[in-house]
Amino acid sequence: MKSYILALLLIIGFSACSTGPHKAHNRGVYMLIDTSGTYTKELDKAQQIINYTLSQLQSGDSFVVASIDTGSFSEKDIIAKVSFSDRPSQANQQKRAFQQKVKQYIKGVKSSAYTDITGGILLATEYLNERDTRKKTIMIFSDMKQELKKGYKRDIPLKLEGFEVIALNVTKLRSDNIDPREYMDRIKLWKGKVEKGEGKWEVINDLERLDQIIKE
Amino acid sequence: MSLPDFMMIIASSAGLSLLVWLVISVVLLYMARKPAHEAILSASKILFYALRLFSSSVLLAEKRLKQRNKEVLLSAGKEAKERIIEREFERIDAFVKKDLSRFPTLQREVMDSVTKLDEDYQKSTEIPPAPPGWTKAIEPIAAIPPSEDSMVAEILKSIKEALDKGQEKALDAYRRSSENRHKYLKNMVPTLRHINKSVDDLDKNVQTLLERSSTVDRHMDEYKEINHKTDRAAQMLSSSSMTQFFIAGFVLAIAIGGAFINFNLISRPMQEMVGGSVYMMGFKVADIAALVIILVEISMGLFLMESLRITRLFPIIGALDDKIRVRMMITSFVFLFLLASVEAGLAYMRELLSADDAALVAGLLGGVATENVDASARWITTAAQMGMGFILPFALTFIAIPLESFIHSTRTVFGVVTVAFLRFFALSLRFIGNLSRYAGKSLVNVYDLIIFFPLWIESLVLGEKTPKAQKVKLNELKVVEKEPSETVVKKRATRKTAAKKVLNKNEEKIEDKIEEKDKV
Repeated sequence: MKSYILALLLIIGFSACSTGPHKAHNRGVYMLIDTSGTYTKELDKAQQIINYTLSQLQSGDSFVVASIDTGSFSEKDIIAKVSFSDRPSQANQQKRAFQQKVKQYIKGVKSSAYTDITGGILLATEYLNERDTRKKTIMIFSDMKQELKKGYKRDIPLKLEGFEVIALNVTKLRSDNIDPREYMDRIKLWKGKVEKGEGKWEVINDLERLDQIIKE
Repeated sequence: MSLPDFMMIIASSAGLSLLVWLVISVVLLYMARKPAHEAILSASKILFYALRLFSSSVLLAEKRLKQRNKEVLLSAGKEAKERIIEREFERIDAFVKKDLSRFPTLQREVMDSVTKLDEDYQKSTEIPPAPPGWTKAIEPIAAIPPSEDSMVAEILKSIKEALDKGQEKALDAYRRSSENRHKYLKNMVPTLRHINKSVDDLDKNVQTLLERSSTVDRHMDEYKEINHKTDRAAQMLSSSSMTQFFIAGFVLAIAIGGAFINFNLISRPMQEMVGGSVYMMGFKVADIAALVIILVEISMGLFLMESLRITRLFPIIGALDDKIRVRMMITSFVFLFLLASVEAGLAYMRELLSADDAALVAGLLGGVATENVDASARWITTAAQMGMGFILPFALTFIAIPLESFIHSTRTVFGVVTVAFLRFFALSLRFIGNLSRYAGKSLVNVYDLIIFFPLWIESLVLGEKTPKAQKVKLNELKVVEKEPSETVVKKRATRKTAAKKVLNKNEEKIEDKIEEKDKV
């Protein structure tokens, strides 16, 4: 009888252990960088954000940086991706390598003619859902003005349940200065899309606020 | 205001309908007055007796718990006192063995010293030198009157010289003997000092022994009181337990602080060993591993203290054979030492990881952090962390002492708190019971207030009837109003047997007593 109780306790104990190291306790951050038009000039800021995000992520977390160009729903747009090792020292090495990769990309980036934000978001949701992370964050470093090439279909409803979508550094365009309603409408449009997909929407133009988002 | 349709007796007026309903209700209430009074009073009485019974049970439980607490307290106190007395006797035994075992030697030394002193004293006594025998022989010659004869003068001169020489010799001999005597006296001084010191030591030892014996006497007196189970002893032990509880709690809180620091020292490097993102029951495995290491250290510390017989949390360890106990002590110490070494290593690793993290953050955020840090002084923090990692496990070993006191005193404190709670609970029940009883009586009065109009008519109608009959009825009514339950009991009693009558009387007596008590 005692041996049965012991066995039962052991089974309960082992079942309490998680099956994998990354399940339901880690964070997944997917960052989309707009490389269209003159926005490439802002990429230094994007690198700073990437570095900051790297410094905040821990072992077991996942981080992907992808570009937004003419057609963003493609793995080719992924600049760098990493799932940090369980060992903190190894994770630090991975962070260093990741930083170098992004640095090299930003040095030689070429601006694209169109901006496919929806494609990027779709790719991000697919990736993060596959990783099954506890907290899923999509950071969009863009002016949020989508310009699609002829023939590209992007009127797809987004499924963003459990996702947090943060628009970073949403710069005011020249036309916004003439008519600010354009800027407001743009933000409203994306907010509507994200919230319709049951996601959480946030705009951060003051990058000092980013620390609160990442730490949370 | 609108009434539901079924209540609209007079269709045109809701007010009139309401009035009719009111009249009907009052009439119905008047008709049901007697059974309603009985129902209200019996319900309140049931509640009163039930709560009273419950309160009595709780009080009984409180009394038993109090008694049990006292027994436990006295038993624990007795055990503790036995332990103290045992320790005192052990100390006296050790003292007697160590210090007073030298007593015969000391006595012999003193005796030898005294003998030597006596001898020296004997030797130092002054013996007057005997006058030389020939002086008497030459006295007649010396009495010869001086003459001019040169022969005689020569003889006398030589005799005088011989006498002078003899005197000088005697004086020298006397001086030498005096010198010898002084030497003997001088030799006596260290011996006297030695004796004085020995006697002082002896006196000190005897004083210590006397002090210890008076301590034992005091403990024995307290032990006697505990054995006699006096209230004073229980009170003394209770207050002592309370003090112990708070002091041990305070020390344990400090120890928990130490354990927390220890935990922080090793939890980070543990991630390198067991992974930083593995979770178990919602907690990081690295944190659990760090906690387990600390708990194992504390356990080893407990075993060490038990093996040393400083604490008695596990009587089985204390009762072990001395050889096995010593082995266990060594094993616990070795494990503790190894774990402390592991912790020191982990603390070193933590420092390396922190440095790596700092370098990474500095690299990522533009190298601002490294500019202001003096790396040459880093060894101080490394050494401090390693030192803490090594020392804290040994420091945590001493948790065993306050832990033992805390566990023992917790039983007493918990008992006292439970007794207080039970008493408060019993009093609350009693209060609610009394409240329900008087609430029942008040409800009866409120009931009558609602039907005051028919009651008033009744009094008018009865007033017109014969005064005798009216008085009897009024008296009956008053009795019913005052104590309706009693009249009911009396009416029913006519149908019951003699035994039941006695029971009813007893019930009434009990009720009266309860009322008296409540008043008090």
